[in-house]
Amino acid sequence: MRIAVLLFARYSEVAGVSSIEVDVPPGATLSQVWEAVQARVPGLRRETAPLLARDRAYARSEQTVQPGDEIAAFPPVSGG
Amino acid sequence: MPGLYRIQEGPLNLDEAVRAVAGPDRGAIATFLGIGRDHNAGRRVLRLEYQAYAAMAERVMREIGEEITERCGTPHTALLHRVGTVDIGEVSVIVAVAAAHRRQALAGCSHAIERLKAAVPIWKKEYFEGGAVWIEGPSGADPAGGPTSDSTR
Repeated sequence: MRIAVLLFARYSEVAGVSSIEVDVPPGATLSQVWEAVQARVPGLRRETAPLLARDRAYARSEQTVQPGDEIAAFPPVSGG
Repeated sequence: MPGLYRIQEGPLNLDEAVRAVAGPDRGAIATFLGIGRDHNAGRRVLRLEYQAYAAMAERVMREIGEEITERCGTPHTALLHRVGTVDIGEVSVIVAVAAAHRRQALAGCSHAIERLKAAVPIWKKEYFEGGAVWIEGPSGADPAGGPTSDSTR
């Protein structure tokens, strides 16, 4: 299945895009989605612990994803 | 649902935040302003640029408002954060919490800015003489930590 992943801040800058599509097997976890992103973007391969969100809420890497989910990956936040 | 939670481009307005939380049964309003600072980590900072995952940021801000309702007994919170370029001396974030009494308002304001910095998906890029760098918070932090998990921080 095809999953779109939103990227922010340094991740987006490294990838050169703010969203990237990856193909993962049905029932894939967020962790597998991130690995697929890393395979596409060599500059992100050292990022082993991104913050992950599903449908605009923080999610753990073992959670599974479905087509249509809003998935995002980003570095530690620094607002304020 | 009382409260004001917004990511926006352009200058922030303290009066708007105060008006959003004020009311006749509230005898105290505590406010916090975060300001673009001209130095960090030994470097002279020229300007800041903020990016947000706005849809999620506003949702997490609203959850912080709910935490303050539970912890401090007041639902009257405003959180405004600017995105785009923030020059030195300009306001990047405003917190306002109103409550019947000062202790609730001050505690709520403090809790709000700490949780915002830990959990709201916003990032700061610092421009200094000779370069720019994304600032990133502590990587071991648990941004999902809610009202119970951060009570000892």
